[in-house]
Amino acid sequence: MARIEINQSLCKGCALCTLLCPEELIKIGNQINENGYFYAVFTENGSCKGCALCAKICPDVAIEVWK
Amino acid sequence: MSEKKIFSRPKTLKDAPFHFCPGCHHGIAHRMVAEAIDKYSLREKTIGVASVGCSVFLYDYFDVDVIEAPHGRAAAVATGVKRARKDKIVFSYQGDGDLASIGIAETVHTANRGENITIIFINNTVYGMTGGQLAPTTLLGQKTTTSPYGRDFMQDGYPIRMTEILATLEGTAFAARVAFTTPKNINMAKKAIEKAFQFQKEEMGFTFVEILSACPTNWGLNSIDSMKRVEEEMIPYFPLGIFKERKAADVL
Ligand SMILES: Cc1ncc(C[n+]2csc(CCOP(=O)(O)OP(=O)(O)O)c2C)c(N)n1
Ligand code: SF4
Ligand code: SF4
Ligand code: SF4
Ligand SMILES: [Mg+2]
Repeated sequence: MARIEINQSLCKGCALCTLLCPEELIKIGNQINENGYFYAVFTENGSCKGCALCAKICPDVAIEVWK
Repeated sequence: MSEKKIFSRPKTLKDAPFHFCPGCHHGIAHRMVAEAIDKYSLREKTIGVASVGCSVFLYDYFDVDVIEAPHGRAAAVATGVKRARKDKIVFSYQGDGDLASIGIAETVHTANRGENITIIFINNTVYGMTGGQLAPTTLLGQKTTTSPYGRDFMQDGYPIRMTEILATLEGTAFAARVAFTTPKNINMAKKAIEKAFQFQKEEMGFTFVEILSACPTNWGLNSIDSMKRVEEEMIPYFPLGIFKERKAADVL
């Protein structure tokens, strides 16, 4: 079991993490943060592998990964 | 079963949000350089040299001492810092307008002298900060604010391949070109940046890592299409790989 945490304030909604997640667990949501960006949202359904690809591509270091 | 944090912000990166545009690869490059500094526990002895371009605020993000160089002069400033303080790890971080245009002389001579410093070179095929003008690395046919009909070699020459040029110089110990387009390429980029710092630690000579980088804002593309452009348009002209890796230090 693994999971990630996305820092909403740091996220700029670039969607690169949604492209790299092999399990398609990340989507851009419909809420905006204080900087006006639609931020990324993680779906926790038990299939996160903790591969950290989402975190490695995030240009804003907004993702932390636990395993 | 206890859970462990397996990925978080490197120590060498301050807790400050980047000013970069959404999807800009400068942020990924900053993180990877900080990770390499952490890996070898170099934070206390590293001095960064910032250039002029979108990465000008290096000192706001890296938890190391940073000197700001005039446009194009980062390699010369880094040379001075390293010669004065041989015990320090010195790196510069420069864009393609900075390094390959106004600063090409400093860059070539620094490599040729085999200065024991590391240059991280961000090739995003434009002058990002000033509004997307043509850079020496702009691809043929690429439209920029100063090449509105696309780069034409009759007028502007060909896109310059800095890694290949520097790899021919005796003083260069390590020269590699990397990108962040796939998981495999991301790993290769991480290893190349680490190797550059490791070589500097071992006093092997000049080390250079070129990163093919997206500038979504000035390319007029979203982050995902920018990533595709790096993969499909940049990599065919700027091939990835290690172009030079010296086996032993150059002792004369
Ligand atoms: C001597 C001098 N000439 C011109 C400029 C204007 N200038 C600022 S940044 C820049 C180019 C930056 O492009 P690049 O190095 O590719 O960095 P990027 O923003 O793309 O990361 C220029 C020409 C300047 N600051 N100083
Ligand atoms: S760690 Fe891997 S599986 Fe989990 S959300 Fe990130 S990319 Fe997806
Ligand atoms: S990669 Fe980072 S900044 Fe981009 S959408 Fe995902 S979490 Fe947000
Ligand atoms: S202008 Fe380009 S290089 Fe500069 S921060 Fe924005 S995307 Fe990055
Ligand atoms: Mg540039």
